Amino acid sequence: MSDATDRFLRNKAAIACMIVLVCIVLFILIGPQFAHWSHEEIDWDALGNIQTLGAPSTETGHFFGTDELGRDLYARTIQATGTSLLVGLISAAMALVLGTAWGVIAGYVGGRVDGVMMRIVDVLLAIPATLAIILILIVAGRSFVTLFIALGAVSWLTMARIVRAQTLALKGREFIEAARAGGVSESMIIVRHILPNLIGVVIVYASLLVPEMILAESFISFLGLGISEPYTSLGALIAQGAGTMAYGTLWQLGYPLFFYVAIILTMFFIGDGLRDALDPKDR
Amino acid sequence: MELLSVSDLKVSFETTDGGIDAVRGVSFNIAAGECLGVVGESGSGKSQSFLAAMGLLAGNGTAAGSVQLEGQEILNLASRELNKIRGDEVGMIFQDPLTALTPHLRIGQQMAEVLHVHRSSKGADAQRQCLAWLDRVQIPDAKRRLTQYPHELSGGMRQRVMIAMAMLCEPKLLIADEPTTALDVTVQAEVLDLIAQLQVEQGMAVALITHDMGVVARMCDRVHVMRLGAFVEQGSVEDVFASPQHDYTRQLLQAMPRIDTNTTRALNVHSKTLLKVDDIKVHFPVSTGHWIFGRKIPLRAVDGITFSLREGETLGIVGESGCGKSTLARAILRLIKPSDGNVSWLGKSLTSLDKKAMRNARKDLQIVFQDPLASLDPRMTIASSIAEPLRTFRPDLTDRERREAVRDMMERVGLDASMINRYPHELSGGQNQRVGIARAMINRPKLIICDEAVSALDVSIQAQILELLKNLQAEFGMSLLFISHDLSVVREISDRIMVIYLGRIVELAASAAVCTHPRHPYTQALISAVPIPDPILERQRKRLRLRGELPSPMDPEAALRFMPSKLKAGIADYVPKLIEEAPGHFVAEHDASEANIAGQSSNLI
Repeated sequence: MSDATDRFLRNKAAIACMIVLVCIVLFILIGPQFAHWSHEEIDWDALGNIQTLGAPSTETGHFFGTDELGRDLYARTIQATGTSLLVGLISAAMALVLGTAWGVIAGYVGGRVDGVMMRIVDVLLAIPATLAIILILIVAGRSFVTLFIALGAVSWLTMARIVRAQTLALKGREFIEAARAGGVSESMIIVRHILPNLIGVVIVYASLLVPEMILAESFISFLGLGISEPYTSLGALIAQGAGTMAYGTLWQLGYPLFFYVAIILTMFFIGDGLRDALDPKDR
Repeated sequence: MELLSVSDLKVSFETTDGGIDAVRGVSFNIAAGECLGVVGESGSGKSQSFLAAMGLLAGNGTAAGSVQLEGQEILNLASRELNKIRGDEVGMIFQDPLTALTPHLRIGQQMAEVLHVHRSSKGADAQRQCLAWLDRVQIPDAKRRLTQYPHELSGGMRQRVMIAMAMLCEPKLLIADEPTTALDVTVQAEVLDLIAQLQVEQGMAVALITHDMGVVARMCDRVHVMRLGAFVEQGSVEDVFASPQHDYTRQLLQAMPRIDTNTTRALNVHSKTLLKVDDIKVHFPVSTGHWIFGRKIPLRAVDGITFSLREGETLGIVGESGCGKSTLARAILRLIKPSDGNVSWLGKSLTSLDKKAMRNARKDLQIVFQDPLASLDPRMTIASSIAEPLRTFRPDLTDRERREAVRDMMERVGLDASMINRYPHELSGGQNQRVGIARAMINRPKLIICDEAVSALDVSIQAQILELLKNLQAEFGMSLLFISHDLSVVREISDRIMVIYLGRIVELAASAAVCTHPRHPYTQALISAVPIPDPILERQRKRLRLRGELPSPMDPEAALRFMPSKLKAGIADYVPKLIEEAPGHFVAEHDASEANIAGQSSNLI
């Protein structure tokens, strides 16, 4: 394991991205201390004249300017970044755990169990993801927790498919047979031989899932089902900013977009770095 | 007049880890009509020399020096120029005939392409020529083969197609790069005979690249021994084999296991019986034909094998690919569930044990696999791989004791203790196989099954591993089931040999008896096909050939392959019995040899 850490530390791109991500997290934690406004207060002065008074400036205390309703974009961006990161990480983690477990069991046990488990996945995949999310949110009520559950519930399916395919390939390899001949129990084979060899694929896919989840959340927010006002998320902010682009208030798009792109890129490089670090072939 | 003359050829590759000099200045000549052998172990640069000469190097390779074909310089020629030579004046055949044929083209189309490019003949005329050549390489039912795809043919047949394709334009030089390494030994003998025959008939020169001294002894006029990108010895085959000058050549010749040596081992007849296998069968249901109306036909991978193994004994199991020898090993260890029959271990039946009891029994039953790299978890250090059986069966050990045990075992199998934290991909094939053996040995089992354990290794490494196994056996007294397709390797290590053909025993006897006085026609053919690394002896031997192709194990009549009389008599379900013809020498029932052996040819050269 210390081996893997060493290899990760040697990956410059991954380390740089890790630093950026840590900075973003620190910004979310410490940033509110410097805010002059809260994320729901409306600056009535700026409201009538967003283009000039709502522009980013240190004098008015709107570091990132205001949105079209005159709310402080600095505070709102901090709040939105936090929400989006949380949504992305938690749903990706859910998908990771559920999808990997499901896929490994289906693939390793095989036979009828595999058939039944994968048909369930097929049926669920056939339901449009958006519809499923909307249904869950309506039935269970809108809250942070249900949002995570709804997003996790649709995202583990592809993960399960990928993991199952990998498990099937691994199961036929000779070292699994060698372990079985050596008396290792089936559950230990999964833990000791299958899971570590899945890590590369799983980590990369999970790191791609994070931005995907952030996007999905923003789409749901756009439908008015996700994070509800006055709380917001990066997706929602970007949607609003894109809508007012034509009026010359580019900062409304620029700041949220910057954080959004930063998170996605860092996630991607960190995922890549993790995969390489966990693969002993790259030593 | 030299046909091909190569002087000071150098090949180097540019890799991310720096440059590699694969070939460091080799010079040789091939005269018209002669057969030149280039022998060396993997990585010696023997293939790369010829690939470079033909302009077929990988993109990161560069070649320097001079290669002249009939006086014309061809090294580093533009590929347009080279294409006129390749396949026309020089034909090439490769090791793996499946990857060398385009999978989605019919045999006829692939062959016609060669004619189209070099002879611009097309259509019926081209088809006629292709057919003629397929006939000449003795492919049965040649006309039908033209419309078949490569995957529909057997390995030996594919290699014949490759040869026919290379011969289409009647080249002056045929480069054969390990042409028979992927083939069974009886098929190898046939393909080699074919190449030799064509060489004589066409007056063609052959450059034979191989790692097998036996093949060289059979085929070549002159031989170059290559090591680390340079020739260490060259000369006529007779001289090199009779009095090798260089140490490396001597080593190679010594390492080569020979079927005609006399290694008698004192077998303790009174030691107790460990393993008893009784009429074991493994049938796989295979669906055939239509996806609705198709039937399931049992593929009889192992079809009633009975034998026993004593403590400290080594039983060699020999057979060609697809004969069920690996399936047998897995069925004994219950890695595959046998369809019928019984395996008993120290008097207790293994087949009836439940999962947990079976797991405990595995402590004494271990296996070493063919591919050393594939049988080790790529994400585990070799130390944790070796320690795994300890963790399973000796959970009482502390980490420290376990590490000590692993270190001792590594030392015992000849691995340096500094490698303890290495990963499998960082080791060589021989070292990885030592790891596999260490893993199998660490619990001091009573039986180790070696499933083609040395087949993937170079000859000299193979000899070392065999030596190691013998030493370990002398020290720990375990029994060995040694499975291999290579009769000479099996002879080297076994007390008794069991010959398997399509899931059944055809002969079982002491190893000297099997090798010197084989009684079953199949064993006779098998032994006559094994090349002996001695050119004079090798060229005097008689070759026995079996009639026809190897039947499919799904064919219900396959069991009577050596008893056509029963088939004629209409008793198609007759099962040949195993008869004890001499004390301890069991032979399956068969018709008189003449009915089975197609022809005896002393030699064609």
